[in-house]
Amino acid sequence: MGAGHAHPLHLERASPVHRLAPEVKIAAVLLFTIIVVVTPRTEFWAFAGYAVLLAVVAVLARVPALWLAKRATIELPFVLLAIALPFAGRGERIDWLGLSLSVDGLHGAWNIFAKGTLGVLASLLLAASTTMRDLILGLDRLHCPAVFTQIATFMLRYLDVLADDARRMRIARLSRGYDPRFLWQVKAFAVSVGALFLRAYERGERVYLAMVSRGYTGTLPRAENDRAPVTQWVAAAVLPAATAGIALAAALG
Amino acid sequence: METTAMHIANGIVDGPVSAVFAVLAVVALAICVRKARNDLDERLAPMAGLVAAFIFAVQMLNFQVLPGVSGHLLGGTLAVILVGPWVGALCVSTVLIVQCLLFADGGLTALGLNITNMALLGTAAGYLLVVALLRFLPKTPTGLGTTALIASIVSVVVASQGFVLEYALGGTTDLSLPVISGTMAGVHILIGIGEGLIAATTVVTVAKVRPDLVYALRRFRKPATISEVGVNA
Repeated sequence: MGAGHAHPLHLERASPVHRLAPEVKIAAVLLFTIIVVVTPRTEFWAFAGYAVLLAVVAVLARVPALWLAKRATIELPFVLLAIALPFAGRGERIDWLGLSLSVDGLHGAWNIFAKGTLGVLASLLLAASTTMRDLILGLDRLHCPAVFTQIATFMLRYLDVLADDARRMRIARLSRGYDPRFLWQVKAFAVSVGALFLRAYERGERVYLAMVSRGYTGTLPRAENDRAPVTQWVAAAVLPAATAGIALAAALG
Repeated sequence: METTAMHIANGIVDGPVSAVFAVLAVVALAICVRKARNDLDERLAPMAGLVAAFIFAVQMLNFQVLPGVSGHLLGGTLAVILVGPWVGALCVSTVLIVQCLLFADGGLTALGLNITNMALLGTAAGYLLVVALLRFLPKTPTGLGTTALIASIVSVVVASQGFVLEYALGGTTDLSLPVISGTMAGVHILIGIGEGLIAATTVVTVAKVRPDLVYALRRFRKPATISEVGVNA
C-alpha cells in the first residue's frame, strides 16, 4: 500500500527542471508537441534537432536514458502500425531488398514514429519531473475549469484506495479457494467489478457528507496562489522557442 | 503497472483536424458540465471524482482472456448506465486527460480526438441505445444486462469508427479507408463482446443490490410511498 502521493512515472530528483513551476512546464510541453506535429514530415533534420533538445532537457532533469526508453515502450502498438504502413500504403512504390514498399507509406511510418516518439518522450519528461498534485495545480493556474481539476483531484486521491479495495476483494476470494483466471470464469471478475462500483459510489456519498459537515458549499478553497515568476516562464520558453527556431530554419532551408 | 497505449498518439492525424476536434471536445464537455450539475448539483466534484477513480481502477484490473492475452474493461458504457450520460462522459474525459498527462498514454495534440471518440461518441451511442432498448426490454436485472451487453458492443465499435472518420479527414498516410474501417470494426467487435459481457454482469450485480443507483432505471422507478407503513397500526 503506497502513500498515494506519487504516480508510477514520477522520478524524485533535485534538478532545475523539477524546480520549475508546473504551469510553465505544461505550457512548454504543449507548445513543443504542437510544433512537432505541424512540422512537415519530410524535414528530417528538424526532427533530429527536436530529439537533441529533448536530450538536453533529460540531462538537465537528470532522467536516465534507459528509464525513458523503458517507459517509451507504451508507444509500441503504434510502432507496429507504422511498420505495417509501407506495405499497406498506396501510390508510388519502390523496391527494397525484394520488398515492394509504398513511398507514401514509408513517409507515413516515419511520421508516426518520429512525432509519436517525440510526443511520448516530452510527456514522460513532464510526468517524471512533476508530482501528481503539482500537475493538477498547474492545470488550475492555467485556468483549466475548476470542475475538471476538482474531479481529477478526487479521482487521483481515491485511485489508490479503490485499487487497494480491489486487491483486498481478490485476496478474500483467493482465501476462499477461488481463483478465476480463465474466460469462462469471468463472472466472478465482473461481480467484483460491480461490488467495487458500489463501494466507490457509497464512499463518494460518505466523502460528500463529510465535506458538507465541514462546511463544503460546492467550491473548494483555492490552493495557494503564488504564480510562477517571469524568470521561470522565460526559462521554460527556451524549449518551445528553440523548437520553433529549428522548425523555421528547416522550412526556410 | 504494465500498460501499452491504445489511445491515438501524436502524428497519426494531422494538426488542423486535431485542432478542430479539440474545439469540438471543449464545447461538448462544457455542455456536459452544465448537464452533470443538474444531476448531481454540489455533489458533482466528489461523486464524479469517485466514479472516475472507479473507471480508472477498473482499467487497471487485467483479466486473462487466453494464455498470454489479457484485456481490461474500458468502462464507458458501464459508467453511462450507472451514472448517466453527462457525468459518464465527464468522468471518462477526466480519465483520458490524466492518462495523457501522467501516464503518457495518448498524444497531447490528439487529446481532442481521443475525448471525442471514447468520451463523447462512445458514450452517446451507448446511452441512446440504452434508452431505446429499455423501452422494449423488461426493466429487470436481466433486461438491463442484455441492454448493457448490446450497448457496450455498439459503443466500442462506434468509438473505433470515430477514429476512422478522423483518419479520413486528416490521416497522414493515404490508406484504403474501407480496409481501416473493417479492421477497426472487426477488432473492436471482439473487444466489445468481452466488454459487454463484463459490463452486463457488473450492472446486474449493482441492480440487484442498489437498484436506486442505476441511472438508466431511474426513470422507471416508482416514487416511494410511506402510507403503506403503519396504515393498520
